[in-house]
Amino acid sequence: MRVNILTIFAAILVLFAAPTFSDNRTHEYTIKNGLKLVVKTDYRAPVAVVQVWYKVGASYEYDGTTGVSHALEHMMFKGTKNLGPGKFSELVAAKGGEENAFTSADYTAYFQTWAAENVPLSLKIEADRMRNLLLLDEEFKKEIRVVLEERRLRTDDNPQALLWEASRSTAFQTSPYRQPVIGWAADIENMTIDDLANWYRQWYAPNNAVVVVVGDVEPEAVYQSVLEHFGPLKAQKIIPSKPRPETAQKGTKTVTLKSAKTRVPYLMMSYKAPAIVDTVGENAKVEEWEVYALDVLSSTLGGGGSARLPKELVRNKRLATQAGASYSSGSRLPTLFSFSASPTPKHSLDDLEAGIREEIKRLQNEAPTSAELDRIKTQVVADTIYERDSMFYQGLIIGSLESVGIDWRLYEQYVDKIKAVTAEQVQAVAKKYLRDEQLTIAKLLPADSE
Amino acid sequence: MNSIKSIINGLVIVLSSVVNANASPEIAHWKTNNGVNVYFVEAPEIPIVDIRIVYKAGSAQDGVKHGLASLTASLMDEGAGELDANAFNDKLADTGASFGAGALRDMAWLSLRTLSDEKYSKPAFELLRQVASSPAFNKDAVSRAKAATISRIQREASSPGSVANNAIRKAVFGDHPYAHPTAGEEKTVAAITQADVKDFHRKYYVAENAMLAIVGALTNEQAHKLADKITAELPAGTAAGSIAAVNLLDSKSEQKISFDSIQSHIRLGMPGMKRGDKDYIPLFVGNHVLGGGGLVSLLFDEVREKRGLSYGVNSYFAPSEQLGVFIASLQTDGSQADEALKVLRDTMHTFIQDGPPAGRLEAAKQNLIGGFPLRVDSNSEIIEYISMIGFYGLPLDYLKTFPEKVAKVNAEQIKEAFQRRVNLERAAIVVVGKDVKP
Repeated sequence: MRVNILTIFAAILVLFAAPTFSDNRTHEYTIKNGLKLVVKTDYRAPVAVVQVWYKVGASYEYDGTTGVSHALEHMMFKGTKNLGPGKFSELVAAKGGEENAFTSADYTAYFQTWAAENVPLSLKIEADRMRNLLLLDEEFKKEIRVVLEERRLRTDDNPQALLWEASRSTAFQTSPYRQPVIGWAADIENMTIDDLANWYRQWYAPNNAVVVVVGDVEPEAVYQSVLEHFGPLKAQKIIPSKPRPETAQKGTKTVTLKSAKTRVPYLMMSYKAPAIVDTVGENAKVEEWEVYALDVLSSTLGGGGSARLPKELVRNKRLATQAGASYSSGSRLPTLFSFSASPTPKHSLDDLEAGIREEIKRLQNEAPTSAELDRIKTQVVADTIYERDSMFYQGLIIGSLESVGIDWRLYEQYVDKIKAVTAEQVQAVAKKYLRDEQLTIAKLLPADSE
Repeated sequence: MNSIKSIINGLVIVLSSVVNANASPEIAHWKTNNGVNVYFVEAPEIPIVDIRIVYKAGSAQDGVKHGLASLTASLMDEGAGELDANAFNDKLADTGASFGAGALRDMAWLSLRTLSDEKYSKPAFELLRQVASSPAFNKDAVSRAKAATISRIQREASSPGSVANNAIRKAVFGDHPYAHPTAGEEKTVAAITQADVKDFHRKYYVAENAMLAIVGALTNEQAHKLADKITAELPAGTAAGSIAAVNLLDSKSEQKISFDSIQSHIRLGMPGMKRGDKDYIPLFVGNHVLGGGGLVSLLFDEVREKRGLSYGVNSYFAPSEQLGVFIASLQTDGSQADEALKVLRDTMHTFIQDGPPAGRLEAAKQNLIGGFPLRVDSNSEIIEYISMIGFYGLPLDYLKTFPEKVAKVNAEQIKEAFQRRVNLERAAIVVVGKDVKP
């Protein structure tokens, strides 16, 4: 990705702490070849963001070619039959645009933000690179070196990122979520232009994409422009990647990473947890309220300065210099409910783990107070309004949901669903999901520690 | 040479800047009853209010107690008046507001975002007022904040990028207060006492040393009342004096720091420019061509696109009260560090000697002018800008005139400014990585 994976991941993590309510600003269209368009108006400034989301990412990939979605994302800037290598970016820059792209486990997305009058141009050049990418081997050979540098920068030279990678690949045994988005180093080194070409042919089609436009635009005019530029593109048969469900976990797993560079230990505790996708459709495995109760649980423990972990572990007991919880219910596959913390110098990771477990037990034994729930619900309502200050973020919510097969309208009910969560439900999901046999512990330690 | 085409481009640019001028926000400016400057932009579209109190209390005021400004700011949400840290954070969360505090080199700030509905905003503003006038700074909180800061410093010491950033500042600024990291160093932070924090706050978090920025769904009258209320109990105090002038480097230097990392991190730096600098526009626009233009710049092309040497490569000026830093940076596998540094140097050398290539300059100007509305399209960006304008005493029409000034600058002015201000013979280079021998 050209932007930070972790930033985007973090954005996704907070996604469900910051929803919107229905205000009739959003319009949806689907054209004949299967391309979906969602337009959300925002007339505050004469600008707009265009985002094109593809339903492909690291969790679609197979062993040996991990990272291919991300490498392809880089090559999407390297020329089409109509715009030579680098010309796409030059064109956007010359018109005052900001652009970038990002890849996650679940999707790959491209965007331009610029004066609203340039929206048709965005649509034109995005339609072009959806089908006409050149994928020149000489460009690939340079760009794959850039990707390797990116991996070294983000992961290999960063102990906490390495721990995060190790933690996920330990927690998930058969689920493709065990694969890093950027790919394993050897897979990147051995990647070929043919790997990318195959991947591009397989997934880059109008019926596997969602276009999201937010800004100072007329929805009908955007629709007409989408028809003009994407309309002629042919749909293709999308063969889903093979299902690789996570095998049932039967006990706690632990992974330890020692680093000569590290002086500050770090702890992650991740429990298997369901996502919204597990609650919808005929094959729903989980009651809908559970994922919203998990969201509230996450806020109760780690949602800001008034949450329990900062209060108890950081301020009252001084076990940790920082402690938090995270849960991303918007994923395509079952996910993780995670804790992370750094100990104060006087305490070990074992002390810290015991402290987190104590907070978990407390919630399992007694439901959160009404003051706590009210606080969390107030924050959710406020966040739905704050988020309107960012066009990009509004688009991100729509696009990321649609990319994992969730109707964006579900999000308009988010506040109500959170408001409906009861203290007993929070307690119930803490009991059901925060269990030892579902846990993976990851520890980062200095090299000389025992 | 000025071809007809570039003159036509120039005309287009001027035209579009006139159109874009509408996009820049109207800034109202006044003083509170006790003399604090207020900068306000009315933004009724979303029912929220952002407010920020800015003090001249950044790390440049640390003295020998490196990290004091940053530690003081980080303690602002640890209780106020009768409220301890837990009670304060609970009350804050009850309002749905988000509170922030921090310190840079020149400034420190307190910020609050709240819903404009009085049910939420009234208690939120009240908490901000309490924090601003009577933060708790209790002993326990100070020692916790110190431990957290030291832990962060230790964590950053495992990052070759952070090590390089700290080393280049030291090389560029020497004994000047811009040299040390805002967070301080392990030893200096460990030595800070509760009394130090209280003294720092008493001296710098005062009316004469503060300004206020407000953006949001308030009328002018409401904003006046709010500003008076928030600042009412700030003691008058005195304004902090000028920060010492920064000396330019006498000669070039190259420092190699051995570090257990796969990549080498390279930084080239020197004192750059001030806020309100007379060369601001040519240096800013020139740097946009050189390495500031995101995915389109000379450095991006030479280092990444042509040679695949680095993922991130850029250059920037950090204009400050005194000469802030200029830095060009990249990171690459240790085996290619020499090659990458040579490309970086050569690209800069050619740029300084020849000035920006004509097509590149026009493209950069179009990018800056066409992209101007994006810089001010949200309340959070607008409050950043008006805080900066107010803090550094820039003219209120700074944003409005920015596109016109960019349109007018030419290649010759940029070349001349870079030759005068960015001298590679008086630049510091730092390389952090494994394959270098100290």
